[in-house]
Amino acid sequence: MDLTTTYLGLKLINPIVPSASPLSNEIENLKKMEAEGAAAVVLESLFEEQIKHESKELDHYLQFGAESFAEAVTYFPQASEYRIGPEEYLEHIRMAKEAIDIPVIASLNGVTVGGWIDYSRKMEQAGADALELNIYYIPTNPRLSGVEVENLYIDILKAVKSAVKIPVAMKLSPFFSSLAHFTRRLDENGVDGLVLFNRFYQPDINLDELEVAPNVILSTPHAMRLPLRWIAILYDKINADFAATSGIHNAQDVIKMLMAGANVTMMCSALLRNGISHITTVLHGMKLWMEEHEYDSINLMQGSMSQKNVADPSSFERANYQKALQSYRPNV
Amino acid sequence: MSRLKVTIDGNNAAAYIAHKTNEVIAIYPITPSSDMGELADQFSAEGKKNIWNTVPTVIEMQSEGGAAGALHGALQLGSLGTTFTASQGLLLMIPNMYKIAGELSPTVFHIAARSLAAQALSIFGDHSDVMSTRSTGWGLISSNNPQEVMDLALITQAATLESRIPFLHFFDGFRTSHEVRKIEQVSDDDIRAMINEELIFEHRRRALSPDNPVIRGTAQNPDVFFQGRETVNSFYLRTPKIVQSAMDRFAKLTGRQYKLFDYVGSPEAERVIVLMGSGADTAEETVDYMRGNNEDVGILKVRMYRPFSVEHLINAIPKNVKSIAVLDRTKEPGSIGEPLYQDIVTAFTESLDSDNAKFKSLPTIIGGRYGLSSKEFTPAMVKAVFDELKKSRPKNHFTVGIIDDVTKTNLEFDTEFDIEPEETIRAMFFGLGADGTVGANKNSIKIIGEETDNYAQGYFVYDSKKSGSRTTSHLRFGKKPIKSTYLISKANFIACHQEVFLEKMDMLKYAIKGATFLVNTQYPEDKVWDKLPKRVQEQIVEKKIKLFVIDGYKVAHETGMGGRVNTIMQTCFFAISGVLPKDEAIAKIKDAIKKTYGSKGDEVVQMNFNAVDKTVENLHEVEIPGKVTSTIEMPPVVPENAPDYVKNVTAEIIAGRGDWLPVSKMPIDGTFPTATTQWEKRNIATEVPVWDPEVCIQCGKCVNVCPHATIRQKVYDPKLLEGAPETFKATDYRGREFPGMKYTLQVAVEDCTGCELCVEVCPAKNKKETRLKAINMHPQHPLREKERKNWDFFLNIPEIDRRKLKVDTIKGSQFLEPLFEFSGACAACGETPYVKLVSQLYGDRMLVANATGCSSIYGGNLPTTPWAKNKDGRGPAWSNSLFEDNAEFGLGMRLSIDKNTEFARELVDTLQTEIGDELANAILNAEQKDEAEIYEQRQRVEDLKKKLDTIDKPQAKQLLNVANYLIKKSVWIMGGDGWAYDIGYGGLDHVLASGKNVNILVLDTEVYSNTGGQMSKATPRAAVAKFAASGKPLPKKDLALIAMIYRDVYVAKIAMGSNDVHTVKAIIEAEKYDGPSLIIAYSHCIAHGINMAKGMENQKAAVDCGHWPLFRYNPDNRKEGKKALSLDSKPPKIPFEKYAYMENRFKMLTKSHPDTAKKLIKLAQQDTDYRYHLIEKMADILDGKINGQNGNQ
Repeated sequence: MDLTTTYLGLKLINPIVPSASPLSNEIENLKKMEAEGAAAVVLESLFEEQIKHESKELDHYLQFGAESFAEAVTYFPQASEYRIGPEEYLEHIRMAKEAIDIPVIASLNGVTVGGWIDYSRKMEQAGADALELNIYYIPTNPRLSGVEVENLYIDILKAVKSAVKIPVAMKLSPFFSSLAHFTRRLDENGVDGLVLFNRFYQPDINLDELEVAPNVILSTPHAMRLPLRWIAILYDKINADFAATSGIHNAQDVIKMLMAGANVTMMCSALLRNGISHITTVLHGMKLWMEEHEYDSINLMQGSMSQKNVADPSSFERANYQKALQSYRPNV
Repeated sequence: MSRLKVTIDGNNAAAYIAHKTNEVIAIYPITPSSDMGELADQFSAEGKKNIWNTVPTVIEMQSEGGAAGALHGALQLGSLGTTFTASQGLLLMIPNMYKIAGELSPTVFHIAARSLAAQALSIFGDHSDVMSTRSTGWGLISSNNPQEVMDLALITQAATLESRIPFLHFFDGFRTSHEVRKIEQVSDDDIRAMINEELIFEHRRRALSPDNPVIRGTAQNPDVFFQGRETVNSFYLRTPKIVQSAMDRFAKLTGRQYKLFDYVGSPEAERVIVLMGSGADTAEETVDYMRGNNEDVGILKVRMYRPFSVEHLINAIPKNVKSIAVLDRTKEPGSIGEPLYQDIVTAFTESLDSDNAKFKSLPTIIGGRYGLSSKEFTPAMVKAVFDELKKSRPKNHFTVGIIDDVTKTNLEFDTEFDIEPEETIRAMFFGLGADGTVGANKNSIKIIGEETDNYAQGYFVYDSKKSGSRTTSHLRFGKKPIKSTYLISKANFIACHQEVFLEKMDMLKYAIKGATFLVNTQYPEDKVWDKLPKRVQEQIVEKKIKLFVIDGYKVAHETGMGGRVNTIMQTCFFAISGVLPKDEAIAKIKDAIKKTYGSKGDEVVQMNFNAVDKTVENLHEVEIPGKVTSTIEMPPVVPENAPDYVKNVTAEIIAGRGDWLPVSKMPIDGTFPTATTQWEKRNIATEVPVWDPEVCIQCGKCVNVCPHATIRQKVYDPKLLEGAPETFKATDYRGREFPGMKYTLQVAVEDCTGCELCVEVCPAKNKKETRLKAINMHPQHPLREKERKNWDFFLNIPEIDRRKLKVDTIKGSQFLEPLFEFSGACAACGETPYVKLVSQLYGDRMLVANATGCSSIYGGNLPTTPWAKNKDGRGPAWSNSLFEDNAEFGLGMRLSIDKNTEFARELVDTLQTEIGDELANAILNAEQKDEAEIYEQRQRVEDLKKKLDTIDKPQAKQLLNVANYLIKKSVWIMGGDGWAYDIGYGGLDHVLASGKNVNILVLDTEVYSNTGGQMSKATPRAAVAKFAASGKPLPKKDLALIAMIYRDVYVAKIAMGSNDVHTVKAIIEAEKYDGPSLIIAYSHCIAHGINMAKGMENQKAAVDCGHWPLFRYNPDNRKEGKKALSLDSKPPKIPFEKYAYMENRFKMLTKSHPDTAKKLIKLAQQDTDYRYHLIEKMADILDGKINGQNGNQ
């Protein structure tokens, strides 16, 4: 049985890729992921905001209160150097590359074309096999048009593509007015893969404290419907590869995504919930299903249920919703 | 050979040589020497090696006595060892110094000479500390400026090895230790050339070794001790030649020739001043000037004061000398004269006793004191001394630099006498501590010193507040060498970095004609003139001053610099002053930015670059109208209704005119009135809390946490609102205990620091706009006038009767009047809320023994005193003895109280018949266990006093004298962890074991805060501190557990931010306990690298993670068979890491030593788990839950 697939030009032994999560911070976990059968790993994101923040924060607190009082001209010992920003992350890439043989995809999270673009080059130099750009941007300015928002993404993509030779994937949110058109623009600007979709952590309200309380909620299986639809719609319309992410929890979910057109499926919540060994379970489940249904390769199923290849392409369009309602007949 | 030019201060120069030439460095922080130890530690942490290519070992000890002891041991084992200290620290080393000298062990200790505490402590410089070591047998060598510090540190090191005499190498604290100068750095080759390695081998051969065993340090008897003491004479006799020879060798290497006594001046001089230390540079500058005016004068710089070489001295003095003034920077009350004077007189006298004596008769020799505690020593004063020497009967035992209107010792001097060369550029910068002015100026002087051929000097003056502190930077540079070791009084360039100073300080009095004035102001160049006070305008017009303005805060805001205008104002200085061509200057500033901030990431560098670029376009020259138009007058320093003492003395100090207060205005024994901070309206907050009565739930939490007692609550009769100012706010009191009463929460906006702790702890939220609370920050300026009136009205509302309050609650306790207010502590200080709370509960019958440290500075540093009085004139009486003896000091207070109380009771008993049985018995039997009973006892004692007035017996007079001791007194021993865990631990332990009724409050910031963040034994594992740059590798000492082992000590660990009610209860229990009580209070601190406004959140996290378990161990409960140990916080609910990484002290290790950080944070988690489980198990043991044993027995 051939489980191999390709993603971003990388030949992978199967379509299971643990996505960026705190699990990938530990080299031991990466080794375990490989041992359990993961085909590649995405490292947790290096955050532009965090690097900027840490740099300023360190500077602020090192000088805070200094040169104010004759007896305490400073409050901290001076270090000749601090490892701010990417160094630790780059070291992590290097260590990951040494520890495991499967491809290592580095992840960069930011919103501006700035100094951090340079980090992508450093990640490449550190040995990353590919980059995933995770642009986390909530456009709250009512004067900012959709085109301007899209241009921001395009500018970052162009900057990174010109900085590195390794493939670059982009992780997107679903919140674009014309996602198909936008992905085509990304495609034209050389994106190698699209990771659909980013899950923004949504704020909550703490009623006791009357505060906005951001908290992490792990994905549930029904979250996969949105990426499933869009991968199916976009399959074969653009050149970029697809990585499906959100709500992929078991073998069936993986198979559905591959059928919609994904090259790989990414798992995060399922591994956080069930442990890294869940990869083996999923792979086993896939094999069983494929055996049972006589599929001898992943290739055979990829895109088979995409909008292009299904009997009723409109089922992926708006009508889908209406149809779902119409097909509902209460038991009376 | 061309050597590196560096722009460094004296401490840096000494540390450089000390680190290069030693192996074992044992240190303990004390101002102003701390930097030397810190630098040595930093050099070793960076892997810098000494000249033998090995990294010296640096260890922080528990006290200076400990450092000296450790070094004594290291020297005995043949190591090259050193330390750095000052003042009281040097005193603690004296016992070991006798031993080290007696054993002829070569070493050099580097001393930033500082005043000894007498009528008061002073951190500033004079020679009283080094003069106290004259009899130890150590050599004493003085350096006068940073270049000499580096040179003579090396010369002394070379000489000690050859002579075997240990040396103190000293230089003036602050004036030299902290003065930045461009100097030539001696190279490793120079150092190697100076140090004779064979002498080191000899030193090692003398070391104690089991391979060649000997004993040293024996006990000797009357038969031989004396002779043994005389064995060292020959070593002392040959030392002067050894030192001079080292100086000569050094001169061959570097061209800088030193002599044991360096004479400078006219060879024909008839008048000579003898002195040592930084003042010698000023004296030399003055001599140069006076010789230019054909005056035959000279000065003798004493380089080596011990061993004293009469021969070298006499040889150095010009032959025509007729009169000599010997200046001592110390005071020996009761002596014939100060030590240097006495030595010079003796030396001359002895020199006469020889056939070929250079002098056949004694010249006139007078002695005088100058410069105590860094008192300015200026050319005018030098001139005054020379002028005195002209007189036929010059004044002996004079003072210069002060007005002594009591014993008339002082010489008059001309304050306008100015000799600074015109070509030397003199710049003064007035800033706030928080705005980065000093840091920027240090950078500027480095740029000028190292990037141009100018000589350069920088000196920085700070006031004694820890919040809203003002700084003044004095920068000199020019083509001529700079010898001016005094503050600038006539400047070419003056920069005002804070607009508010315009109305508070007369900065332009320092401006010379045609000077430049740079002002950071919100007003543009065409509007600023009308906003300037009259006095400023007058001087601008009169002196034809050029005025430049920039809205530095706008530029800072736009470039992400926040509140720091450092880079911006620095750029302005270079742009205006023309020291360098503008583009070159900007390039140099950017280079300096890269050097300064590069290690902290590109973001910070870019942010500063942007600030530089934006500055130039925002800097504008103001066209000066030809006439003065302003009517704005500078406000009085203190309000008109301030007491006379405050107006006549305190206000002068506040206004910066303390130098001119005569001796008669100073208290004779260091006794000052309390309650004076209330008159120093500092107006340092830009935003202050504003109360919203609609939203407020009247919980009192904001009042409780306010570190400066600027937010207060009162409950009162509605009738009292009559005549209230229009904007005075009041609402109905919520609560059943005071029905029908009104409630007001009032803020003293002029005293508030704007720290926001109150807003952060406020639990009430506005239901319509949840961003708002019951108190919200608003700009201070528009509120100032109204709130001043409101505050005055509020103060006049009577305090509620203390007996009616539930003081063991937050709400109840916060109606008690704080008797600790408006201190100079840091904004959002974590210590002062505890201090204030204790003052609320016991202030009217409280004595405080305060260890030296932050609390003694914000509590007792002039000009004003936060310890306050109530309307009856009662309040805490406070004193500071030393750093190391505070527990014993407090115990002494207790002993005195107990003795006096016992005596008073005995007298009551004796006079029972005259007093009357009822009153006498009531007095003797009063338990005084709460406010009501204390109140009643006070009434009885008043009745007693009235009766005593009518009794004609000696015992009645005696009883009247001690009657107040019949009212319970509360003794509080307060201090930080440096005192309690380290230097004062021995005494603390003894006091805990004494059984006496004292209350010990340890304000645990887990670091030496006052001296700038050095590690203490309270520092937790994984935290970075000075001397723990790679993270503290070992866990925090558990002082509470150690104390509990005594079983009869009340022990509590408290953290107000986690549980404020627990804090109040613990303090009340501790005070009630009739024995020693130890309260260890978690105190968040600026040295933690935290957002101080959220300090209470950090406290909560410290408890939540188990780092700071809350508990109370009450021996009274044990005696009553109740649970003695109450573990009052829940099991850890967050990991240690989550708490730790809220704080830069932990977090920075992940940036500087990431691997170590990972390792240590895991171990710190284990420490936390261990500590919590241990206390949990102890609680069980004491509760008899384990093995059926009842620990309560």
